Amino acid sequence: MTAYIVRRFFYAIPILIGVNLLTFILFFVISSPDDVARSQLGDRRVSTEAIESWKADHGYDKPLLYNPSAGGWGKFGDTIFFQKSLRLFVFDFGQSDSGRDIGYDIRQRMWPSLAIAVPTLLLGVLLNITFALVIAFFRATYIDFWSVVLCVVLLSISSLFYIIGGQFLLSKLLHLVPISGYDTGINAIKFLLLPVIIGVIAGVGSGTRWYRTIFLEETEKDYVRTARAKGLQESRVLFVHVLRNALIPILTGLVVILPQLFLGSLITESFFAIPGLGSYTIEGIQSQDFAIVRAMVFLGSLMYIGGLLLTDISYTLVDPRVSLK
Amino acid sequence: MMLLGISAAHPAWNNPYPSQEAGANVMYSSFKERPKHLDPARAYSADEYSFIAQIYEPPLQYHFLRRPYELIPLTARGMPSIRYLDRNQVELANGAATAAIAFSVYEVTINSGIQYQPHPALARDSDGLYRYHQLTEEQVSGVYKLSDLTYSGTRELTAYDYVYQIKRIADPAGHSPIASLMARYIVGFDQFSEVIKTARREAGKAFIDLREYPLSGVSAVDRYTYRVLIKGKYPQFLFWLAMPFFAPMPWEAEKFYAQPGLSEKNITLDWYPVGTGPFYLAENNPNLRMVLVRNPNFHGETYPSDGAAEDKAAGLLQDAGGALPFIDRAVFSLEKEAIPRWNKFLQGYFDDSGISSDSFDQAVRFNAQGDATVTEQMQSKGINLSTAVDLSIYYMGFNMLDDVIGGNGDRARKLRRAIAIAVDFEEFISIFANGRGIPAQGPIPPGIFGARTGRDAINPYVYDWVDGRPKRKSIGSALRLMREAGFVGGVDTNSGIPLSLHFEAVARGPDDQARLNWMRKQFDKLGIQLIVRSTDYNRFRDKMLKGTGQIFFWGWNADYPDPENFLFLLYGPDAKAIHNGENASNYQNPDFDSLFEKMKNMDNSPRRQALIDRMIDIVRRDSPWIWGFHPKSFSLHHGWLRNVKPNLMANNTLKYNRINAEQRRISRQSWNRPVWWPLVAAVALLSISMIPAVVSFRRRQRRAAL
Repeated sequence: MTAYIVRRFFYAIPILIGVNLLTFILFFVISSPDDVARSQLGDRRVSTEAIESWKADHGYDKPLLYNPSAGGWGKFGDTIFFQKSLRLFVFDFGQSDSGRDIGYDIRQRMWPSLAIAVPTLLLGVLLNITFALVIAFFRATYIDFWSVVLCVVLLSISSLFYIIGGQFLLSKLLHLVPISGYDTGINAIKFLLLPVIIGVIAGVGSGTRWYRTIFLEETEKDYVRTARAKGLQESRVLFVHVLRNALIPILTGLVVILPQLFLGSLITESFFAIPGLGSYTIEGIQSQDFAIVRAMVFLGSLMYIGGLLLTDISYTLVDPRVSLK
Repeated sequence: MMLLGISAAHPAWNNPYPSQEAGANVMYSSFKERPKHLDPARAYSADEYSFIAQIYEPPLQYHFLRRPYELIPLTARGMPSIRYLDRNQVELANGAATAAIAFSVYEVTINSGIQYQPHPALARDSDGLYRYHQLTEEQVSGVYKLSDLTYSGTRELTAYDYVYQIKRIADPAGHSPIASLMARYIVGFDQFSEVIKTARREAGKAFIDLREYPLSGVSAVDRYTYRVLIKGKYPQFLFWLAMPFFAPMPWEAEKFYAQPGLSEKNITLDWYPVGTGPFYLAENNPNLRMVLVRNPNFHGETYPSDGAAEDKAAGLLQDAGGALPFIDRAVFSLEKEAIPRWNKFLQGYFDDSGISSDSFDQAVRFNAQGDATVTEQMQSKGINLSTAVDLSIYYMGFNMLDDVIGGNGDRARKLRRAIAIAVDFEEFISIFANGRGIPAQGPIPPGIFGARTGRDAINPYVYDWVDGRPKRKSIGSALRLMREAGFVGGVDTNSGIPLSLHFEAVARGPDDQARLNWMRKQFDKLGIQLIVRSTDYNRFRDKMLKGTGQIFFWGWNADYPDPENFLFLLYGPDAKAIHNGENASNYQNPDFDSLFEKMKNMDNSPRRQALIDRMIDIVRRDSPWIWGFHPKSFSLHHGWLRNVKPNLMANNTLKYNRINAEQRRISRQSWNRPVWWPLVAAVALLSISMIPAVVSFRRRQRRAAL
């Protein structure tokens, strides 16, 4: 397995370079270094000299990808792309174009994101699996039918509606929780209740449907028929035998998103004024702060690659038939 | 008493603040965008000024109540003395001709005894040495925010600190947005910048003490007086002295923040201000909240005892002579979305609020006279409305370099004037701004010297004076102008080609689409086909810089209340496509330019007014802009927040606000009693609905077990 992990690690390097290059090209198709400078210096009374001076100070005065005036390796090395990208691979994100340390900001903002994402994921999975098993238990009955209808309705509603509706009902009408905000430590709980409840409810429809499908597929298998033939209770068949064997597809969906949890959710964090990472990338794009965009895209890709690797590893843990070579 | 009893029995569960703060003398507000910079040399936006103007103190400030806006001393002992010199630096007599003035000397004397806020950069040990100017790597490793440093200190504000700050503006590393402007006026500014640039190149990342480098035009006369030498006459410099750019900066702060390791923790001067103002920044988390706390070393200032005529009746003079600031703390929470922001205001958790277009109808109604007032729902909560015409203008500009729509020829001028009549900005304000604006008659907003009122104010090329108010000319007048310009029914009579014009638009969403459709309809009244070229702001700005656009929509906010700050937007040598200035329509008229040069350095006087009248008449005739509108700011505040008067020039108004915390506590609790029964009912209903499922489950279990 170690060889497999090392191989995957080396596979990741060209992927990360490619993603970084693509981000770089897309960003600078829309914003030139002059635009970046103007967005940092403001619109008013900005002279050409001020723009040139800002670019020189922030390393944006070089050619983008190829420097014909440099010699040798400098043709590629003495460019904005190379100078700005290389440090990412040692996790040195540097400073944002507005002067803040990106690594520090990421470390600060990942905790609030995790504070919402982890309970939402755990509660959501627990609830969805329970609902799905119960529905599978009542398969081909009116409970199954109406549960599926309800799930389809729930998954058809926009997450924005859940947020606005939840804020309206629980905070504005019933006055039970703060409508938005955040605090540290134990004081954070009252602010997390509403986003977590909404996050769980918003995911119930799709999650339950997905797990129901997995469980129903599993119940058609021979070992389930055998278990039933032996006279096991239906609940034991489902909650013990089916659940254990359905773990592989469940893990596929779950483990891949685990590392990305700390990247947060843009809409949730924005509406609940949670100072997480969800809005960090968008803020970077809106303020044309390439340093932030670059760092967050790099991190996102890394997390995704890490998630896929973890998924592969988790297969070996839940299914002894799988081995990584 | 009954209310208090109820309040005690039902604590507000949705209160986002700690319960122990309930009766505290704290103001709660919000901010939409996190500030980019808190360094006074760098900050230049309203978001940033709402914080730093409470912390940093320039020598002058705007009177809180008086109108028109008036400068008064802040840290200065009096208004700066101004002397004029000829080219040999010999003093000229008062009233000397502007042409004879080669230099102006501004001398500012500040009050003695003003202390800085407590700050680690100023902390000294028993030997008088700075405690934190030589931080070791180990010390830095334990510091995550400024308050992690145990000791803080202070010292007296001196004139040297003001000189130091002006040098910071000139320092190229600071990227001050006004550096290039100040280089035009402050003697020796450019040379100083060059010297510092070289010094920084040689020093690398090491701290450079700007005190060691002289700036010839700026010097401290003594501990409390400093002098600025200006090229020529520049009366607007006084206004700059009321902006945070010219607030003092202790050299110790720069030295402290320049230490290695601090910037990696975002502990920089750009994020942790050091000021003498009524508040200091106690909590700095721009992703969550910013907390300003009363500065224990504040030098003291009193609430004004006079103001505009209506202020006494409005209760704005009740606190006359009271010691400022009135509040102990101000908590600003980041609230990006309008819906939670608005609801928190209605719940009493924000003391003030703007009004988004979504909540406008819920908050504001217009009476028969067209005056805005709050709705009954707002009245029942004791919410008050403040309105003021902004010192801003949104205008539609024509690129005067364009072959069709630009130039000073009679044909193009008539075409522009016809369009100016056709584009109905009264309708625009009503549809797209909820009535929050007044149609502009020229570039200068009301309330600034040079703007006329009543019949004299109207633009006679677009409006008639009918029944005591301006009335837009009929579309027939516009069509007549079109015919005179050689366009009949929108068709060029010479070529027979229908006229189509290009509108450079920055469109971001569906709302913009509605606005653009409306714009097309306005041009359609004249038979002109308007082709909208939607783009992002970068490309739009690029087109403006290159002068390739044809028609565009843009705006300007006043830096200071002087007509020069608006008329320069039409000054030829500031043409954007030619000189990279702020004249986006690239308008050039030698008569206007010559009058502008005379007017800009004059003191306000009937003679200056006469020049402005002539200039306004020229630009109205040439019509390089459709004059658009001056927006009106509407803001709401709860009854417990007092001393609220819109002041569009002053940013340091937090110190005047007063809170009735007890009234707020009672209101909050009565508005936010927890309502449990729907939740209990829902759980009960769910439980009942599950009974058949449970029964069925048990039946199946038994069946399987058989």
